Amino acid sequence: MPDLKRTPLFDLHHALGAKMVEFAGYEMPVQYPMGVMKEHLHCRAAAGLFDVSHMGQVIVRGGTGNGAEDFEALVPQSIVGLAPGRQRYAFFTNAAGGIEDDLMVANRGDHLFVVVNAACKAGDLALMRAGLPGCEVVEITDRALLALQGPGAEAVLAAIVPGVREMRFMDVIVAESAFGELWISRSGYTGEDGFEISVAEGPAETLARALLASEAVAPIGLGARDSLRLEAGLCLYGNDIDTGTSPVEAGLDWAIQKVRRKGGARAGGFPGAARILDELENGAARRRVGLAPEGRAPMRAGVALYESDTGGAPVGAVTSGAFGPTLQAPMAMGYVPADLSAPGTRLYGEVRGKRLPVLVADLPFVPANFKR
Amino acid sequence: MKFTEEHEWLREEDGVIVVGITEHASEQLGDVVFVELPEVGSEVTKDDEICVIESVKAASDILAPLDGEIVEVNDAIVDDPGKVNEDPLGDAWFFKIKPAEPGQMDDYMSEAEYKTFIG
Repeated sequence: MPDLKRTPLFDLHHALGAKMVEFAGYEMPVQYPMGVMKEHLHCRAAAGLFDVSHMGQVIVRGGTGNGAEDFEALVPQSIVGLAPGRQRYAFFTNAAGGIEDDLMVANRGDHLFVVVNAACKAGDLALMRAGLPGCEVVEITDRALLALQGPGAEAVLAAIVPGVREMRFMDVIVAESAFGELWISRSGYTGEDGFEISVAEGPAETLARALLASEAVAPIGLGARDSLRLEAGLCLYGNDIDTGTSPVEAGLDWAIQKVRRKGGARAGGFPGAARILDELENGAARRRVGLAPEGRAPMRAGVALYESDTGGAPVGAVTSGAFGPTLQAPMAMGYVPADLSAPGTRLYGEVRGKRLPVLVADLPFVPANFKR
Repeated sequence: MKFTEEHEWLREEDGVIVVGITEHASEQLGDVVFVELPEVGSEVTKDDEICVIESVKAASDILAPLDGEIVEVNDAIVDDPGKVNEDPLGDAWFFKIKPAEPGQMDDYMSEAEYKTFIG
């Protein structure tokens, strides 16, 4: 495909028979010969290897301390309170209280390591460079990023880096290996236990092949990555959250630590704080909810939601929807007014001109399997 | 057996035409997760959208390949949509249609022509 960027694993995807698609300016594998459904189930049963090298890897250093205090001006999370060797989910907010991107930020002692979405990479770098004037913001462009996810992930990675057995969810380490220095976090975006591994682009393919050599590990494309994260109730930036959705609307209250809320030692001080702090206390007018269609028909992004099976104006819309291979049923997420957001509330989604019943459901659809 | 450019196959059986989707179509769609079939007894016109098929990737329509009456549908693929990937040319037929006029199948492609068509 012309004009598309490639990751260091491009040749490997071809060798593995992947079907490639455009995603965020990159030519990426959407599925391998196994197919989306079996890839999804394999990841939950054993282990899956994902190429997420399109995501942005950024090092922030300098400023006050290791850059943590400065970084708090951009996000409503506690970064100062993040212990060395720990990582946390965060989001850049804007002046209107919307979300510019969601990200992972790790405290690696004398600096922060940040992983951002591929589609937002350029904007995030500009935002960090403008918002962190005392810091050095370095995009890492010579490393691949792999995700190894699933109950079998620990045993497979421990054969290469024994120390990963001691890691718990959201720990980060830097480890020497036969594949050079690896930056490993115990995290991912599937709801399964697993790791994200940053490796120099040179040995990236050899490392991927070494992981795939294990019987437990299958390569997994973007198709199954999407159904896995949706079953896990996780947001896809650009679909479920964007510049127009606030963290509280999106149900991401849990990701805002007390110390940044009203009455906290470092309350506010991030873009959109007035709105976000108010919504944390008083709630938002609409909420992101899980949606379980009662029939078998999937309700995909864009499906309008109604309170009644006839007439009336839409009360909300689906932002992500698919069939859940583990759930064995269709599943979706979307935004509805707060008074219609209680689990069990019956709504109607309009699919091909028909209003089909759908219940507001608890998230996640499939319980998480993290190593706490 | 005849083939349409919409990737359907048609097979004559006791005066009615059995219709399904080709192996190529089922591979392109990916894992099928939902099928909606027309009502038995409905009169359809060629190119009417009469079935919906949804895979893990997307929704698509299946068009009536000719004018006629739907005389039977395969509820087994509604209960287990995965059959469409397992046996698209056999057990996973979609519907049987009684043609309004004979000869409507004649212009469709032979197997060899269809193979050339899909490249």
